[in-house]
Amino acid sequence: MKKIRSSEITPEQIYLSRRRFMVGVGALAASAIVAGCGIQPKSTTAAIAPTATSLPPADPTAGAAIAAATSASPTAIPPTATPSAPFASAATDELGGKLTPFDSVVNYNNFYEFTTKKEKVAELAQNWQTEPWKVEVGGLVRNPKTYDIDDLRQKFTQQERIYRLRCVEAWSMVIPWMGFPLAELLKDVEPTADAKYVRFEAIYDPDNLPGQSSPWYQWPYIEGLRLDEAMNDLTILATGLYGKNLLPQSGAPVRLVVPWKYGFKSIKSIVKIDLVDTMPVSLWMAAAPDEYGFYANVNPEVDHPRWSQKSERRIGKLGRQKTLMFNGYEEEVAGLYSGMDLRANF
Amino acid sequence: MRIPSFFTKPKFLKTITHIGALLPLAWMVQNYFTDNLTVNPIQELTFRTGRYALILLILSLAITPLNTLFGWRKLIPLRRLFGLYAFLYATLHFLIFVGLDYGFDWALLQEAIFEKRYALVGFSAFLILTALALTSNRSAMKRLGKRWKKLHRLSYLAGGLVIVHFVWLVKADLTRPLIFGAVMAFFLSFRLRPLRHWAVTIREKIRRPRALQPGETQP
Repeated sequence: MKKIRSSEITPEQIYLSRRRFMVGVGALAASAIVAGCGIQPKSTTAAIAPTATSLPPADPTAGAAIAAATSASPTAIPPTATPSAPFASAATDELGGKLTPFDSVVNYNNFYEFTTKKEKVAELAQNWQTEPWKVEVGGLVRNPKTYDIDDLRQKFTQQERIYRLRCVEAWSMVIPWMGFPLAELLKDVEPTADAKYVRFEAIYDPDNLPGQSSPWYQWPYIEGLRLDEAMNDLTILATGLYGKNLLPQSGAPVRLVVPWKYGFKSIKSIVKIDLVDTMPVSLWMAAAPDEYGFYANVNPEVDHPRWSQKSERRIGKLGRQKTLMFNGYEEEVAGLYSGMDLRANF
Repeated sequence: MRIPSFFTKPKFLKTITHIGALLPLAWMVQNYFTDNLTVNPIQELTFRTGRYALILLILSLAITPLNTLFGWRKLIPLRRLFGLYAFLYATLHFLIFVGLDYGFDWALLQEAIFEKRYALVGFSAFLILTALALTSNRSAMKRLGKRWKKLHRLSYLAGGLVIVHFVWLVKADLTRPLIFGAVMAFFLSFRLRPLRHWAVTIREKIRRPRALQPGETQP
């Protein structure tokens, strides 16, 4: 199986230091202009000098070392800090698809716990409190644990992952997530030999989540993955996007991101993760079993029973583009399904 | 209750209808230029034009039943107007889907329109509305004679098809298509002879005790 190129993974400290570097470059340029005007530059140049030299190499371990070194300097940003402006380490995904602008990502959300109107979720969610937050991990594991959201952010090295997100409704985005492989969390709780699937459960809070009063769905939101899918390196638990902690409308404070599956598999605002031996029944499988299956892999050859999945509308672009097998992650994940009938296992 | 005669003049009613039917279009254009069509503007435009077409079609189909129920004869001339505006929005809806969304990509469109039932019923309804719009003038009425009425009864079928089109589009929450469907079914039901007769009889009974107003003729 092809590993993600290290150039596509950026540990949080590195991109934060890159950020500081860019700020430093800006300050240098500004002070140069000031100097050019004949005004004596103040101590600015000296203050940004250490960060300006900390341009990180591509190797993540070396980057971590540098981050550790710079964290001693007074300008260091603590790892949990949320940078105020949206930030991503690249402008496109590995296929050249432009990142979807931050404002679009956080203002167009399918989060039925609030409303089915995608453009209204952000407003309804803005005052929803997602801290403190705990995630209970248990079931068929040797080492069940309850993690505080801060544990998740600190114990597991946060990386940037630029992924395509393909909604089953045939629109898509490119999002720079922050998070860590789900596999790391699973290793921490040590699944037993009986564990075959991972079952995810989202928050149930009808007092604050108006959509959970809708009789059309069985709340809370449930999703599931086969254990090997969950252990795949592409599968992450995301805690942020564009270098910022997740906003409520994006599934704060922690959500799943499975980039080769339709967006609804990437369950938001997770409170419980269980290792189980039978295939979990997701909310969508319960709501419309003939339309939404357990696997829900992005597949242009297998249409939704009512509409085509051959093409998609990339948010921010006019017109349509062809949908890619496994959303363009075929090399990484096709092996998980060898010999399986993907039409039957939709 | 007497409505001042100014408000029931055909000219006034028609002007109001023109304004009311064109406002959503103006609103969409305004939203386009102020970047208020969400980050998925094509979908937003598709949904909105579809919704307006549906509402106008329901209004057009409601005129005759409203006359049956309340004797609002003066609304009758608006029936064609509402129908034509429904066709305008349906055309925009169709053109956005085919042109803006699918960029006239024939291979994709063929699959999207002819292999998907929601699109197929929507497209059928659009074809019906096109035929009705083309024959909505006096000369076509004359030319077609008795067949005109038969042809224009297809509007009931179009009404049913667009509701099905809507139902087949939503993911699971059927609330909105069912509300539209219930309103449509309510009005269409008064075209069934027994219900129509019953409604007319009730109306006559209520009316009879009242003395005729000057200038009013016996119904």
